[in-house]
Amino acid sequence: MWEILDLELIASGLRLSTPLILAALGGMFSERAGVVNIALDGIMIFGAFTGAVVAYETANPWYGLLAAMALGGLVAHIHGIASIRYQADQVVSGTAINLLAIGVPAVLSNALYNSTTVTPNIQLMLPIIHIPIISSIPILGTLLGKYSILVFFAFAMVPLSWFVIQKTSFGLRLRAVGENPEAAETAGINVYLMRYYAVWISGLLAGLGGAFLSIAHGSSYVNNISAGRGFIALAALIFGRYTPKLTLVGCMIFGIADAFQIRVQGVIPIPVQFIQMFPYVLTMIVLAGLMGRAHVPAADGIPYAQAK
Amino acid sequence: MVLKKLEVLILPLVSVFAAGLVGAILIFAVGENPLAVYWIFFKSSIFSINGIGYTLFYATPLIFTGLSVAFGFRCGLFNIGAEGQLYIAAMAVAITGIWMDGWSAWVVIPVCFVVSFVGGGIWGGIPGLLKAKFGGHEVINTIMMNMIAFALVNYLVVGPFHRKGTQILETEFIPEAARIPRIHELIPFIPKTLPLNMGFAIALLACLATYLILWKTRWGYEIRAVGISNSVSTYAGISVNKNMVLAMFIAGGFAGMVAISEVMGYRYTFHDSFSGGVGFIGIAVALLGRNHPVGVILAALLFGALIRGSLFLDLNFDNLSKDLVMVLQGIIVLFVATDKLFKKILSVFRIG
Repeated sequence: MWEILDLELIASGLRLSTPLILAALGGMFSERAGVVNIALDGIMIFGAFTGAVVAYETANPWYGLLAAMALGGLVAHIHGIASIRYQADQVVSGTAINLLAIGVPAVLSNALYNSTTVTPNIQLMLPIIHIPIISSIPILGTLLGKYSILVFFAFAMVPLSWFVIQKTSFGLRLRAVGENPEAAETAGINVYLMRYYAVWISGLLAGLGGAFLSIAHGSSYVNNISAGRGFIALAALIFGRYTPKLTLVGCMIFGIADAFQIRVQGVIPIPVQFIQMFPYVLTMIVLAGLMGRAHVPAADGIPYAQAK
Repeated sequence: MVLKKLEVLILPLVSVFAAGLVGAILIFAVGENPLAVYWIFFKSSIFSINGIGYTLFYATPLIFTGLSVAFGFRCGLFNIGAEGQLYIAAMAVAITGIWMDGWSAWVVIPVCFVVSFVGGGIWGGIPGLLKAKFGGHEVINTIMMNMIAFALVNYLVVGPFHRKGTQILETEFIPEAARIPRIHELIPFIPKTLPLNMGFAIALLACLATYLILWKTRWGYEIRAVGISNSVSTYAGISVNKNMVLAMFIAGGFAGMVAISEVMGYRYTFHDSFSGGVGFIGIAVALLGRNHPVGVILAALLFGALIRGSLFLDLNFDNLSKDLVMVLQGIIVLFVATDKLFKKILSVFRIG
């Protein structure tokens, strides 16, 4: 069984970390601004569905990618209206999005393609990037040689997110409305607007994470495509104490666990169902090991009534 | 004052109505006539004894899962794990029934009832324990427990407990002694095909029990106190951790009772993916029913009618499938969550 613990495992783990990274970074923007985004999983499903449909209909994966981001942003906006403007319970409103993500793609896919569970295979997937020199070096080539363009994008987003949140005035204001909205408002910050920005960013990124599954990693939308990845991304975010660097580590742990789970099937004599449980059990163990260590943004999940 | 009291009824109704409107837009968008679709829902669910019977039949598991989610909410916990809890309990009940072949019904049925509650209860209690001991987020953990439950029961029904000689993913049938009666065996003029069973009556009893526990015992008072404020409860000497675990155990137990109506009363076997998402619809049932047992019954009846009607969608409309119910319930949850919007609209009438 040890032969599966090779560089390919790491490479495949990095690939499977990608949707988690995108969704978790999205969740980070939202939660740092004080809006709990349990809807990440639903947004990913909407993104995956839209990406596959538009990529198929236009025969162009790039349009699929843009559409997935746009719809992700739109769905997140619904969560935003409910939880920011109407001060809904954010977990309930997020759950509503997740429930819609079970029904809406099924209804639309049935109307479009006469199947409630799959969309047609797309003609072109998003391009794979071969880094010219590195991909021919033995070890490094396997590790870094060829990935979908979205993998590079996701990893590049980690330092970028750190920079935006820690080093820009936008990030400062974002954190302010997540820690102490009253004080932020007194300082002249438009709390609602900042929270909308944050929720939109989370929708764009989670939608992109979904599109990765249907037009970069896979080539169509299938029922339950996210397999709970939106929730695992949230776990990675909590593990990462709401910071980009540690969240990346969390996503990579779960990504590699997922890759391990897929590669070990049929190699060791354990029923496949028990192997499939591995990433979920790991998520619970990791969450349980974190007691009291994370600093949750102080106003996270608490609706705020703006003075106007 | 009168309006204030009526609000409890009006707000959910307005949410349902608004969801119907949004649903109509979606139905129109896929090229069907919303009025014709809603007419099918009405006609098939309440216009005949058969229709009503089926509505009650589909409402039964929703009462259990609705109670499950509502009970968690009363303690401030969000149980999204009813789906996994009911699968575990259903499998446990099927296995218990099969193993107890030859025993008297007076023994088997109570044992199966307890197994259903404890099976679901353990599956719900684990996230409760993780929350109390380690602060693990119960929403993420109940979702993870769902995933683990799906894999586990799938393993059992494909492997060790698969009924020999069939392609269908089912266990052996439970013996006669483990089955509870159908309503037509008790009331003469009910159609014999109707699968409505004693599980419905037990669901109503569970609602009564919930009411008595939460509002008439010290124990329920503590659970509700924790739900309202952790810090105040601690100050009052109420153990937050103990009540969290307890509430999640009971919530899981109610979800597990779905096994009573579905395995002991209807299929007499564990059927792979039999639930069709009733654990998730329970979330909408609880929220629409305002986490009150009476509200849960009313909301479960509404969704029972929707499920009944949805079975006719595939037959009558090319572009629609039963998934429409999932969409409608998502919209209803969204509107229940944003009831501030409707309160605003209602307050316009009140001032005038």
